[in-house]
Parts: sequence; C-alpha cells; structure tokens
Amino acid sequence: MRYLPHTPVDRQALLAAIGAEDIDDLFIDVPNQALLKEPLDLPIHASEMAVESALTAMADRSVPMGSMASFLGAGAYRHHVPAAVDHLIQRSEFLTAYTPYQPEVSQGTLHYLFEFQTQVAMLTGMDVANASMYDGATACAEAVLMAHRVTKRDKAILCGGLHPHYREATETAVQFIQFEIDARSTNSDEAEDMAGLIDGDTACIVVQTPDLFGRLHDLRALADAAHDKGALLVVVVTEVVSLGAVTPPGEMGADIVVAEGQSIGNALNFGGPYLGLFATRQKYVRQMPGRLCGETVDQEGRRGYVLTLSTREQHIRREKATSNICTNSGLCALAFCIHLSLLGETGLRQLAQVNHGRAVALADHLADLDGVEVLNSSFFNEFTLRLPRPAAEVVEELVGRNILAGVPLSRLYPSNPAMADLLLVATTETNTDEDAAALVNALREVL
Amino acid sequence: MAGPETVTTNSGHSGLDLAEPLIFELDSPGRCGVDLPEPPDAPNRLGGLERSAPIGLPGLSEPQVVRHFVRLSRNNFAIDAGLYPLGSCTMKHNPRLNEKVARLPGFADLHPLQPVETVQGALELIDTLAEWLIKLTGMPAVAMSPAAGAHGELCGLMTIRAALEAKGDPREVVLVPTSAHGTNPATAAICGYRIEQIPADDRGRVDVAALKEKLAPNVAAIMLTNPNTCGLFENQIIEIAEAVHSIGAYFYCDGANFNAIVGKVRPGDLGIDCMHLNLHKTFSTPHGGGGPGSGPVVLAEALAPFAPIPMVVRDGDGLNLVERKADDLGTAESLGRLKGFHGQMGMFVRALAFILSHGADGLRQASEDAVLNANYILARLQGMFSASFPGPCMHEALFDDSFLKDTGVSTLDLAKAMIDEGFHPMTMYFPLVVSGAMLMEPTESESKTSLDQFIASMRHLGERALAGDSEFFAGAPYLTPYRRLDETQAARKPVLRWQPPVVEAAE
Amino acid sequence: MSNVYFTEDHEWILVEGDIGTCGITEFAQEQLGDIVYVELPEAGREVTQNDEIAIVESVKAASELYAPVSGAVTESNDELADDPAKVNADAMGDGWFFKIRISSASELENLMDKAAYDALVVGQS
Repeated sequence: MRYLPHTPVDRQALLAAIGAEDIDDLFIDVPNQALLKEPLDLPIHASEMAVESALTAMADRSVPMGSMASFLGAGAYRHHVPAAVDHLIQRSEFLTAYTPYQPEVSQGTLHYLFEFQTQVAMLTGMDVANASMYDGATACAEAVLMAHRVTKRDKAILCGGLHPHYREATETAVQFIQFEIDARSTNSDEAEDMAGLIDGDTACIVVQTPDLFGRLHDLRALADAAHDKGALLVVVVTEVVSLGAVTPPGEMGADIVVAEGQSIGNALNFGGPYLGLFATRQKYVRQMPGRLCGETVDQEGRRGYVLTLSTREQHIRREKATSNICTNSGLCALAFCIHLSLLGETGLRQLAQVNHGRAVALADHLADLDGVEVLNSSFFNEFTLRLPRPAAEVVEELVGRNILAGVPLSRLYPSNPAMADLLLVATTETNTDEDAAALVNALREVL
Repeated sequence: MAGPETVTTNSGHSGLDLAEPLIFELDSPGRCGVDLPEPPDAPNRLGGLERSAPIGLPGLSEPQVVRHFVRLSRNNFAIDAGLYPLGSCTMKHNPRLNEKVARLPGFADLHPLQPVETVQGALELIDTLAEWLIKLTGMPAVAMSPAAGAHGELCGLMTIRAALEAKGDPREVVLVPTSAHGTNPATAAICGYRIEQIPADDRGRVDVAALKEKLAPNVAAIMLTNPNTCGLFENQIIEIAEAVHSIGAYFYCDGANFNAIVGKVRPGDLGIDCMHLNLHKTFSTPHGGGGPGSGPVVLAEALAPFAPIPMVVRDGDGLNLVERKADDLGTAESLGRLKGFHGQMGMFVRALAFILSHGADGLRQASEDAVLNANYILARLQGMFSASFPGPCMHEALFDDSFLKDTGVSTLDLAKAMIDEGFHPMTMYFPLVVSGAMLMEPTESESKTSLDQFIASMRHLGERALAGDSEFFAGAPYLTPYRRLDETQAARKPVLRWQPPVVEAAE
Repeated sequence: MSNVYFTEDHEWILVEGDIGTCGITEFAQEQLGDIVYVELPEAGREVTQNDEIAIVESVKAASELYAPVSGAVTESNDELADDPAKVNADAMGDGWFFKIRISSASELENLMDKAAYDALVVGQS
C-alpha cells in the first residue's frame, strides 16, 4: 500500500523491539467484544489510477459553472484566480505545514498571516483583523457573540438584507444562551431606517452591504444611532471585491466588520472551504475571537512574528474563551493574500470597476426586456430582477439552454411568496459579452 | 579561517536563507501583477458610495509575488520535509492524488446554489463519504456540515442539548475529564452548560468510580476522548456509556484520536452517542498552516433528528439537498444551520480519495502501523524518558518532565533543541494531568529508518539534559534562520498589522 | 508588616485603616512568568468576598483574582496598563492591582498571616 512504508519484515522487527508477539497485543485495552477481528466489509484498497478514474467519473456527473453562461452569486462569486496562486499554495511548506505554534519553524506562515491581517484591515477600513475564521456566516455569529461580551447586553438586531445563511448561523450559535435575535423581515425598511429599533438593551445591529439583494447602504447615520445607545454596528460584506470600489465599513463607523473572503484567491468548491474575515477597532482587540499574529523580535533582534494574545483562546481560557474555535482557514487565507498581492491597489480597483461596469451594462439590457424589472437603484456586481413568473421555473428552463441565470430567491426563502418572482443576478469579470447576450436573449424568448 | 559564524554579506541574505520583507515594503505605486480589461467609462450605480481614500495595498508584479512567497515558504517546516511527532494532531502524509482530484472542475468549479440536477456528482461525493464514515464508526447517521473539529464538537453537544430540551429537561452540567482539550469546556459554555471535572486514575484513564459519583440528574452529558489524550484506550468505556445512559445523559466522544482505531474498533460498538471526526487528522486532508479543516459528526438514532441542516438525501432516483427545517422534510427538530452553504466540499473530496485508496484493509493496516510506531517510540525511550503510564499505548506515547527534575532543562527547552535536530517539537504541556507533558504521535507514515533517527536524536538530547547541560538547551534552537522569539513583547505591545511609516514633516 | 494578609489563591491585602491594597504574591508572579496584561476593576464596583475581581495574564496562562474581602473598589493601578512588567518586578509593592474600602473587617480573620502563607508556599513548591 503506497502510503504505508512498513514491510512485514519491518513490522516484525518493531514488534520484537516492543516485546510483543502480535499487533493485537497492543490493542489489549480494547474490550474483546469491540475489537474487530477482520477488516470491515467495505471495498479494499485501490490504485491511484483506479481512484482517480472513479472520482473523475463522479465529477463528470456535475456541470461545472465555467461550462455554462453563469450568473450565480448570493454569497459566493466566481472570479478568475491567477495560476500563480494555486501553484504557490501547493508548495509543500505551505500545504503540509502545521499551525504555527513553534514560531522558529513557522515564520513562513506567520509572515503571510501578518500580511493577510494587514490586507483585511486595509480593505475594511478597520484597525485590526484576525487570522481568519471558517467563513463569513460563522464570522457573523462570532461578531454577535463578541458584541454580547463587549456590551454585556442580550439582544441583536439583524437587518432584513442580511444573507439568510448568516442569520441562521447566528441564530443557531445563540440558541442555548440568554440572547435574543430580532431578525427583521426582508420586506421591512432599509437599513438606514433601522435606527429607531436600537435601545439600551441592544448589543449590536447587523447590516450587510451590498446586501442580499445587491443594494448598497450608507451606514453613517445608523452607526451614530447605535453609538448613541452604546450599541455596536456590525457590518457584513459577502462580496469582498466590492471593497475595491465602495466606501469601506470602517469609514462609515463600523465597530466590527465580517466578510466572506472566498472571492479573492479561492475557487467556488461547491460551498467550502471558504474564508471568514473578521476586523475590529483597536480597543476591542482582546475580545476578538480567532487566532492573531503579532510582530516581535528574536534573540538576535531579527524581526519576526508569533501567534499572540493566546489567552483569549480555548486552549488557555477553556470555558472562558472568546470562542471554541481552534483552527483558522490558513491555506484559504494564503490564497487570498497571494491573489491580493498580485492585484495590488490598482488591480483591485480595476477589477472592481470591471465587475461593476459589466453589472451596469447587463442590468440595463435586462431592464429593457418586457416584464423584467431591475429592483435596485444601487448595486455592485449583483442585482435583483422581478420576473413576470416564478424565477425558479425560469432558471430551470434556462439550464436547458446552457445558462445558469442566477439564484432564484425562492431557493433562500422557500416559504415567502413575495420572493417567488425574484431572481438574483451576479456578474463578474469571468462573464463575456457572449454570456450576457445569451442570458438576455434567452430571457426574452422564454418570458 | 572563515566559517558561517564569521562571514557577513552585503545583502543580508545568508546563502540559501533569503531574507524577505513584507509585501508592503516592496510597493511600487501603479504596479500590478494581473492584466485586466479596461473598465467601461460610464456613470456608476454605487449610490454615492464610491471609495475615495486609497486602500493602501502595495503594487507588485508576478515575478516579485512569486519570489516573495517562495522565500517565505522556505522558512516553514512541513510534513513533506520531516517528522512532526505532534500528539493529538496526526501529522500523516498528505497524498498528492487528493490535491489533483479536489481540483477537478466537476468538484471545484461548482457554485453551491446551482440547480440540484446540475450537481448530482458533488452530492454523490458527499453521500459516498458519509456512508464510509457511518460504516467505519458503526453509527447510524452523520452530519457533514461542521467546518472543523471544534465546530463538530459544538454540533455534537448542541444535538445533545436539543434532544434534552425536546424532553423538557435540558439539565445543567457536562462532565469533562481533567485531561480534556480546551475546546471541550469552551464548547460546553456556548451550549449553556457548566462543566465539572472527572479526575484520572493512576493508570491515566478516567476514574470510573469518581465519574459514577458525579452522575446526577442534572448531568446532560459526558465528553470523553477515546483513545484519551494520554494516548490510552479507555478500557472501561462500555461500562461508562452504560452508566451515563442509565441517568438519561448522553455520551459525546471527541474523535481527534480516531487514527488509532479506524478499522479495528467501531466507536458505535462502545456505546457513544455522537463523535466528531477530524478529516484533517485521521483522513489526511492537509493542515495548510492552520486550516481549513472539516469536522463531520456521527450521531446515534436518538440524536439524528436534531442534526444540522443542510443535509444530502436520496430523493427518488437522485440526490437532493435539504436546506430548511420542515416537518415534511423530516428536519423539523434540526438544531439549525451551522455555517454558510453545505460544508467543506474541498476537504470531502480529499478525504474520500484517501479512503478509497486505502480501502477497509488499508485503513485497518494504517491504524495498526500508527499504534505500532507509537509503541516503538515508547519502548525505545522509556528507559531514559519518564513515561507517564505503563504501556501499551495507542497511537501516541505520553512522557512527562519528571526525568528532567533538577537538570534545569524544561520540556520547552528540550522541544526547542529538537528543532536543530530536524524535527518539529512534540505536543508540549498537554494534557495538563502530568507535569511538562510530552505527547509524541509518529503516525503510520513514518518508516522504521525515520523512527530510529528520531529516537536516536531524542536519546542524545535526553543524555545531554541529564548531564546537566541546561545552558545549551536554554539557547536552542541555534541553527534555524530565526532564534527564539519574544512572545512576551508580542503580548505586551501587540502589533497586529503593518502601518505605513509616519512621514516627518519637513522643517 | 503585621497588617498584611494572604489568601490561598496567592493574593495579598495590605490593610491601612479601612482601605486594603491588593495584589498577587511573589510566588504567584514567578509561577505565571512574564505578565503581559491585567484587567482591573472599575472604581466604585462593589464586591463580596471571593467574587472574581480582576484577571492577570501571562503569555501562556490567564488567572482570575478574587476579592479577598467584601467592599467597594476605590481605585485601580492604572500604571499596569502600560507596564504590566511591574507586577513581576515588584509584586508586593509597585505591582499592586487595586484598593478596596473594606466593609467587614472581621473577614480578615479568615485570611492567612505571612507565616501561614509562607508555609503554604513551601508545601506547594
């Protein structure tokens, strides 16, 4: 078996050195009735060729997004990742390295984590960021728990434009502690009108921009309203490329910013692994969950990096930890860091403008179609259409024409009839003019 | 005569040790490593929220970026380079086939919200892996969505609480051994429980009599790791499970150490109610410098109704995703959604490739080799090093610092000296039940030659420590590009990001 | 220093009139190693004996401090925010944590004197 170095001779020699006659002598503590005497009745080992063949056949039973004209978003976006990114993250020393608990042999990892934390702070306009979390949705839940700790209050308001997965993950996270979630309905007011809901019991108000429907929000007034009442403003960003074009939440008064970083450096991967970004103000740094990398020096005065402020974390504070989280999303953070290093200031801004420009052009063409209404006055690279009949049906019909037209909102809100006719359409730099024309023409024909 | 200690260079590099600054220090404004189309020159729809201030990101070309990250990579140890005897981490070989198949477009280029009929292959992958995990553990159900081990632990304990709440009796206490990993009490707190500790006996196992004394009607669950964090199989585990069940409580098993028993023991046969698995430990998905992981949780019948959404189900001829709580979908009692989308698909592909490659016979052989290797280390070191408990051990061997008493050498110092010998340090100061713990887990990936080299180095270091050479140890490591780093300074004056230098105003 | 008392959690309280100055002992700071951060109570906070009142952190550990007596906090040692190393340098003096107006002097009788505390330390070493 190609992954196991021992030959039968080796095993004999090892047993002899131990003083055991049979391998099961080493399993002597297992209750006899529980020790399996034979391998389980499952397929035996297979060659690399056979495994590759089986999994390739399985992969061929799905339709990759790139083989169709695709306009899916709703929290995960298809962007072009330069070839250098995937090559670099597959270097052994990045791919197969452990968590950097021994800094003398982990300066590679720690160095890029420090760069990553800086990039996230810059993008979001905040003071500090952590070394990443599982994804945007769990980062959102962690932000609410952090607001709970900081303010010692028991209530959070979730604005109606928050991605339902983020709302659900947050509700799940607090269900067994004394904490109330006020989840506003999607048909309710814009984020800007939420100010009146904040009171002295509110730990935080959570707003997404661009929101689920693609609308952009100016949060300055809401930030002031929250701060007046001693509450925190948590801002969620699910399409991080938008930060290349739009005023960052930090400039609008956010106290905590959480985001999904998948758009930069990471493939869609059918939903995971993704990359949670988490940033906050300097004064809250000790209440931040997750790993943190900090600068220091070694014995010879050489600048280096270490994991720091570990006393917040589970392995030290145990039941008083800021979170039970142990891992971050290391390799995904590296991919983000490398891609963003390649893009730089001008590249990210240009990428954002290309995305927005394609979306504006597409929205205008779609708005010209009979029966189709673009609901957004503002958007980045994603907007909501109202169709004359249920969007889910239309999407199914267009699959037959090799088009993935968008995410019908009924997929995310199956019990809300007001969503049935709504379609979320996202477009990125990976869509061509032909893709856009195909979508417009197909809709014209089927509607 | 010139040597490494006396030769200095102009560049600050040192042969193949190439120093590298931060990307922010390599900036040239306007430079870019990606070519993009010209954006259209048209009015925007950003609602007046255009970004005005610069972001501050540096501009580099592709050659510079590649060189930067290649240089960084050379300052990392990695399993591909050498042995990590890290107890509880299972640093086994990461097969490259896993990387190849994970990148097939039919897995990697799928949007999670594509129409379900266009992603049948992906759902099949998840379902196939789920079946293997169910059969390997002997449990009836599995929740695939948790993103990591700690997340899986949270999921498991939440299903327990949900099950108890459904009976109107949530209870208050979770029992945790003193040897438990820190995630256990942290998780219990998030579920609204307080913990009570159960001591270990002098054989390193849970003190069953002490446990039974603590089994009161207000106990919701016990959280046990098996094999435990001392590397030992809890031989009274069936009795423990029965006692826990007799008071209506549940048994959560931390599956971090599953590598010792895959194909040899099914945790379901031991009486557990739920167990998380670490795909990045037992099933070879790469550690990636700290993630991503994946933590599916196997569940007993009593807990299965509370499993999180979404889940993959068979539906007529094909597979479907159940994404909401509803009576007609059988998920009315689900504890809810744990994260965005469906789970760590990229890690599922890798884990399944590993499982299919090994098969039932290979997985069983891997566990046997893992246990064999750990016992070999125990046998060859225990004369000199103080083994905390008599053997045999499972897949990891526990030593403590009692043999270093009066030498002036600590576990930490010994660990730092291992680095110069070409090994990553073992797990140190965990579990907390012994002083200065040294937990060594070689995994099945190490050859006898590799083990012998490791053992010889450890014995050499042990001899040197016992000879009282504490000054040598206090200064280790000597041969790495970076010497010991000042963690106190990093914690006292945290600097968590680069800042642009302050430009002095011209006088 | 006949008006210094000690607790089993390795804290000291120096009593002058009805004000007690509190900190952690030399033994405690040695055990913890380099102190990196302290979290101190706000002035005015009222506590009962044994309430959790402060936190002291080293790189690898965090420990709670408990109120040695009941009373109200009058002030905390602000200098520790910038220079937590004072706790290591002078745990019994400049490294004090907070002062408390003692509400019930009889509680001091439950605490140890120096001789008893020194014996405790020897037993734990």
